[in-house]
Amino acid sequence: MNKLIKLTKYRLFLPITCLLLVLLINVIKTPTFFNITINNGVLYGYIIDVINRGSELVVFAVGMTIVVAASAGTDISVGAVSALAGAVCCYVLSGGEQSTDFYHAPYIVGVLAAILTGMVCGAWNGFLVAKLKIQPMVATLILFTAGRGMAQLITDGQMIYLRVEHFKMLGASIPGVPLPTPVFVAIIVVIITMLLLKKTALGLYIESVGVNAKAARLLGLNSTMIQFLTYTFCGIMSGIAGLIITSRVYSIDANNAGLNLELDAILAVALGGNSLGGGKFSLIGSVIGAYTIQALTTTLYAMSISADQIPVYKAIVVVIIVTLQSPEFARMRKNITAKFSNKQNMKEAA
Amino acid sequence: MVKKLKKIEGNQFLLLITIVLFLVMYAIGCIIFQDKGFTKFQVFLNLFISNAGLIVIATSMTMVLITGGIDISVGSVVALTCMLLAWMMEIKGMGAVPALITVLLIGVLFGLVQGYLVAYMKIQPFIVTLAGMFFARGMTAVISTDMISIKNETFLAWAQAKMYLPFGGYTNKKGIIIYPYIYPSVLIALFVLVLVFIMLKYTKFGRSIYAIGGNEQSALLMGLNVRRTKLKVYILDGLLAFFGGFLFCLNTCSGFVEQAKGFEMEAIAASVIGGTLLTGGVGNVFGSLFGVLIKGTIETFINFQGTLSSWWTKITIAALLAFFIILQSIFAKAKEKKK
Repeated sequence: MNKLIKLTKYRLFLPITCLLLVLLINVIKTPTFFNITINNGVLYGYIIDVINRGSELVVFAVGMTIVVAASAGTDISVGAVSALAGAVCCYVLSGGEQSTDFYHAPYIVGVLAAILTGMVCGAWNGFLVAKLKIQPMVATLILFTAGRGMAQLITDGQMIYLRVEHFKMLGASIPGVPLPTPVFVAIIVVIITMLLLKKTALGLYIESVGVNAKAARLLGLNSTMIQFLTYTFCGIMSGIAGLIITSRVYSIDANNAGLNLELDAILAVALGGNSLGGGKFSLIGSVIGAYTIQALTTTLYAMSISADQIPVYKAIVVVIIVTLQSPEFARMRKNITAKFSNKQNMKEAA
Repeated sequence: MVKKLKKIEGNQFLLLITIVLFLVMYAIGCIIFQDKGFTKFQVFLNLFISNAGLIVIATSMTMVLITGGIDISVGSVVALTCMLLAWMMEIKGMGAVPALITVLLIGVLFGLVQGYLVAYMKIQPFIVTLAGMFFARGMTAVISTDMISIKNETFLAWAQAKMYLPFGGYTNKKGIIIYPYIYPSVLIALFVLVLVFIMLKYTKFGRSIYAIGGNEQSALLMGLNVRRTKLKVYILDGLLAFFGGFLFCLNTCSGFVEQAKGFEMEAIAASVIGGTLLTGGVGNVFGSLFGVLIKGTIETFINFQGTLSSWWTKITIAALLAFFIILQSIFAKAKEKKK
């Protein structure tokens, strides 16, 4: 019993349990869930699909985790920023044409343009939050609404198609490699971020700023700079995710690219056992959280629930998880258990 | 005079900027679009007619912002309200009055859940209402993914009841005097605005809202029931958001999933432009009214101009919001330095 209680205290207990739960439901509903087939040298199957589709979410979740840890607030503009970055990338590569089958600019220029767009958006958010001390969610609300508008202006309200085989590779797969490319992108992003955070003191800095920005400043840390950098980093992540999203459908649809992904990213962070109040964080937890969300999404799709309706379920999950995590709830639970044991003690005494 | 000027600082100064900005924008519109009829009194009234719902929602948003909270679920709530009304009247065959009452009850329930999570579970208002936002939008899709038009006669009668004003008319080419008109929804919206103003200014409940927003700890030590007040605010906010949705629906007379996207932003922008501080404790619903009018003027500009995409409205509003937020932050810093 004691061991079990100890186990629940383990940081990654919540995300892993949730992931197992979702997988279990899937196995019961669709016994073929774990089947993997090879088709044209590429792996196929439900599990592969979850890992593949979850890649963007992992990239978003990495950025979001760091933002939450450093500023105790979330960046809700990530979905809109990824749409904007995708639009810029497509616009640069297509040379402003609506549909093209060759690049009008070198591929690398498009990639850099997308990442730069994300970075600028992130820096703007960072400036508002870190320098001007505006609540993160209100500051990012500006780009949340305006981002898609700007993307629409760039694409002139139309979809831009890039029918180039090379462009599709990032979202699909490279010939000869059995796993889809987005998986590798996600892995690289996670590894680089991990190295940055663990091999340098940056991770520690972010945590201390998140716990108490004022105290961190008095200790000699440049809190403003660190918060600014986390938002810029989150913007870059949105840019990379935007690239994957556009490459998947080799086009940009400013209305729908990255839609509702901000909630998924926040959900992934919360599911990963991270407090939305900032401070200590676990990147791996968020990654597991992201795959859990994707597994949940895939499951809901498999149950033929339309994309418009899925937010209902996710909203309920978010509320439940955040409630379970809230200190107030922990206090209530303690009170109840205390009352219960009091009664037992009294009974024993009698 | 100097003393008076000194008194007008900080927050009142922000409100003053807003009013001046509105007047300047409207004057510019009158000059640029003179030949297209911008100067007509009806164009001014249209600002109220097309934004009646937003006035109510901005009012309740201001109230929530004063407590130091926020509600970003309102846009989805408006979509849900329209869909619920359309669905109940057209598919379920309910009357307009029972449908309205049901919707308002759902609003109270919605506010109760959000309020409980914010006030008693101490979850950040933003997270709670973000979930509420996705929940309401998703529920809209659960009810129906197709657009439903409202054909209920009572409802349409409400929506089309033109009330002509006895003044400000002009004579058209045929020599008939055409008087400007408004809809009942405008009067109702303004009535709600005045009610909330009186509540905030002159009731114990209203004053405790300001106290909590100013400093929650002090309010608690003063013996105010912070939790219950917050809960009440969110319940009232839920009710008003659904009621605002009803007024919005009187304009559109239909329900569909994509409706009122980005509405929360407009409401927050209206409040902030009107001088409400995002940190809580300061705000005035009449300022929010001017915020709404500014948004309406921008929209009218884009309509009259004719070639600009409607996305420009959103971008301009976002830019204005950013501008005012930065102004607020500068004022706050200046105040801190004084201390």
